[in-house]
Amino acid sequence: MTAYTATVTVRLKRGVLDPEAETTKRSLERLGFELSGLRSADRFEIDLEADSPAAAKETATEMTERLLANPTIHDYEVSVAAAGQS
Amino acid sequence: MTVAVVQFGGSNCDRDAVRALTHLGIDAERVWHEDGLPSETTGVILPGGFSYGDYLRAGAMAARSPIMNEIRSAADAGTPVLGVCNGAQIGCESGLTEGAFTTNERARFQCEPVHLRVERADTPWTAAYEAGDVIEVPIAHGEGRFEITDERYDRLEADDRILFRYCAPDGSVTEAANPNGSIGNVAGILGESDHVAVLMPHPERATLPDIGGTDGAGVLRAFA
Repeated sequence: MTAYTATVTVRLKRGVLDPEAETTKRSLERLGFELSGLRSADRFEIDLEADSPAAAKETATEMTERLLANPTIHDYEVSVAAAGQS
Repeated sequence: MTVAVVQFGGSNCDRDAVRALTHLGIDAERVWHEDGLPSETTGVILPGGFSYGDYLRAGAMAARSPIMNEIRSAADAGTPVLGVCNGAQIGCESGLTEGAFTTNERARFQCEPVHLRVERADTPWTAAYEAGDVIEVPIAHGEGRFEITDERYDRLEADDRILFRYCAPDGSVTEAANPNGSIGNVAGILGESDHVAVLMPHPERATLPDIGGTDGAGVLRAFA
């Protein structure tokens, strides 16, 4: 078993309204910044032991599908690196 | 013969639900989620509140607690299950009902009376009403915007799964009457079976005459 860190990024699907991002964008504009869009995402860093990077990714993907993301509104990405290198 | 009002850490409408049901002459008790459903359970309410602090997503953690498997089995066996507010979010997160309730369009917590149009009167939850009736019930949520893919929304409509829509006092379903940006002004939906339902507004807060209207009592009478 090797120590890995899986990085999971969960974001709203394109087309799903993101009121928090809209509010953040408006606040940046109030500060005088010019921007044409803003999207936010949640990032999870999961430390876990696995036999291989592929096994670590499989476990992290299952964690994401079962809890971290809601497939109705979210897309997600999972990447894996040796622990301490992510 | 008792309705189980399931408490998670952070539930806060469980007492209101028990009191409203008791007022209607329906036996009800609060049940801590770790204790499981009592064997005499004849109905289940997932009450409002902020289970697990709304961490991750509202309802996400509670939806994956072991008691939800028991509630799913009970629902499959015909036991009526109602999710209110946070309970509605839990219902969607657990797959009892389709879609998701997420951040309000205006990104703020909204606590106000709203009007609902009864879309179907032939369900246990709406037997006290006529289709097209307008009832006034309060909402209190920051994440009540109903979200679902267009394809699945069309299927919900085709399958007649929409129970309540936000409307104007005259029953017209308008954008102005939509408090949170929900697709199709959806305030409440049915699960696969008519005896499973979730809604963001609080019928238990519109049941006791001493604290306001009683328009919500009809929903809770499903448990009688």
